[in-house]
Amino acid sequence: MAATMLLGPYVSEYYYLATYTILQFIVLGTAWNILGGYGGYVNFGTAGFFAIGCYTTIVLNKIFPMPLFFEMLAAAVTAGLVGLGTGYLTLRLRGVFFSIATLALAIVLQTLVVNWSFVGGARGVYVIRPPISGVLMAFFVFFVPNGISYVQFLVMLMVALAMFAVLAAWAVEKSWIGIGLAAIRDDEAAAETSGVPSLRLKLIATTMSGALMGMAGAPFPYYVTYVDPATAFGLAIAVNSIAMPLVGGTATWWGPVVGAILLGSAQQILTVTISSAANLFIVGVLLVVFLTAAPRGVVGIVRGWKRGRK
Amino acid sequence: MEFSWDLVINAIVTGIVLGGFYASVAIGVTIAFGMLDIVNIAHPAFMIAGAYLAFLGWESFGFDPFVSMAVFAPCGYLFGRAFYRAYHFFFERRGDESIQGLAFFFGILFIVEIGVVLVFGVDYRSISEPYLESTIGLGFVSVPWRMLVPFLVGLGMLGSVHLYLSRTFTGRTILAVSQDVEAVRLIGANPIRAKEIAFGIAVATAIIAGVLLIIIQPVEPSITREYIGRAFAICVLGGIASIPGTLVASLILGVAEALTTTFYGPSWSPAVSFGLLLLTLIFRPAGIFGR
Repeated sequence: MAATMLLGPYVSEYYYLATYTILQFIVLGTAWNILGGYGGYVNFGTAGFFAIGCYTTIVLNKIFPMPLFFEMLAAAVTAGLVGLGTGYLTLRLRGVFFSIATLALAIVLQTLVVNWSFVGGARGVYVIRPPISGVLMAFFVFFVPNGISYVQFLVMLMVALAMFAVLAAWAVEKSWIGIGLAAIRDDEAAAETSGVPSLRLKLIATTMSGALMGMAGAPFPYYVTYVDPATAFGLAIAVNSIAMPLVGGTATWWGPVVGAILLGSAQQILTVTISSAANLFIVGVLLVVFLTAAPRGVVGIVRGWKRGRK
Repeated sequence: MEFSWDLVINAIVTGIVLGGFYASVAIGVTIAFGMLDIVNIAHPAFMIAGAYLAFLGWESFGFDPFVSMAVFAPCGYLFGRAFYRAYHFFFERRGDESIQGLAFFFGILFIVEIGVVLVFGVDYRSISEPYLESTIGLGFVSVPWRMLVPFLVGLGMLGSVHLYLSRTFTGRTILAVSQDVEAVRLIGANPIRAKEIAFGIAVATAIIAGVLLIIIQPVEPSITREYIGRAFAICVLGGIASIPGTLVASLILGVAEALTTTFYGPSWSPAVSFGLLLLTLIFRPAGIFGR
């Protein structure tokens, strides 16, 4: 982080954009993994929660402008509540119904936004970046004499959010919540019989996961400055947030981070060198290859090596 | 739009005709998801593959859509059997269906959609035959043949699948697998082979549904997403494994969509199927024909 700040003037804007995208996927992949990896409930609607974050910012920006931090909090609360509601209604059924419901949720939300002219409808909406608040700017000037651009500010915000998300996932994994979720993933009936409060744990995980996805979406409108439903609800978001934890490995907090860095950088390179359609194709192929050949992901491969050496 | 009974009756007739086509899409999900317990969310991807195969056959060899069905559906059947073997080998055998298997189908859906974009681009593709362009009048409502053909073929597919499952030995084995795999093993039948055949049939129905789709309307790759909602909404509403339920649910969805499109505009129609799905999951997860 310090390096990017010091190198600031010498590095082209493109690298910041690429870094931002990868960090965003670390947050999304980690958030997905809290429910999907630890608890075994597959969420296909990441794009829906991400878009809730985007559109919370857009609505607040229109009616009552406030610092980005509070917009992120509002996004977390909204997306978390939607997660809680969806979970409450469908988590008592078999796991696959939750997956199908999340898929449905994303499309229903997208249809609502497309028909909601206040936030631009299907045409999309332009967002004006607010100035960085004075206190924060003074803090940055302390480190970098020339101050920082808005994109650099967003990248640092994302670094903080990614660290927060990973820390949250780590805390869940090591606590009784994570142990309970693992028991649910392995055998839900047995877990429930042994006194694991399965519905409560699943609801905690769904709410946390949704809130983090919403927070990842909140700064997005300022990053792209133009948002339309096709971008906010993009298929790339749904696929990447599933592919990254599964490629990295779902059992640990660092699996999604490894997956996001690997797939994220590969995609950035492929987008520049080939085309953006081809890079999504390759993500899909990689996902399928890893699922069939290395179902425990990179984490599993590394652990296999370690065991082999002993 | 202003309310009038003419419009309502017109929408209901359109909806019923559309529902017959939806039944052809959903029957494969009813077989795979309902009977075999394989959450094949890639079903619409196989459908879109069928639509583009029909387009390719029509453009390069002048295939009539019915010729396309006869040629490509058996290919789909064989592909489906091979596909199920791979799925069984990599996921079912290991007990990994719930997370990895589900993500696998999601990956397949995605690969097929992007693959079609890479090969054909995002433009709309369509086919036309003279007999599809005419219209048939039923009283004061008129139905074009390009809607009526998919309706009739869809009903025919449902009927033949129903007959096959209830009258033939293999068909009954498939039904038995859907109820109790262990019991099938005990009587000496091979459940894996029965599932393989059933999945082949499911993919073949998806290919036919794809040909029907390109008869109805011009097709572009991202259309798959709407059909995930439609197929699963019908399957769940119909009681998951019930063929009569599939038919009734298809007609309900078709009519609900046609009424919504008529009175609120086509931009709301994607929400109908998914909304219906969410409502079913919340209020009656067993579906209307569920046990």
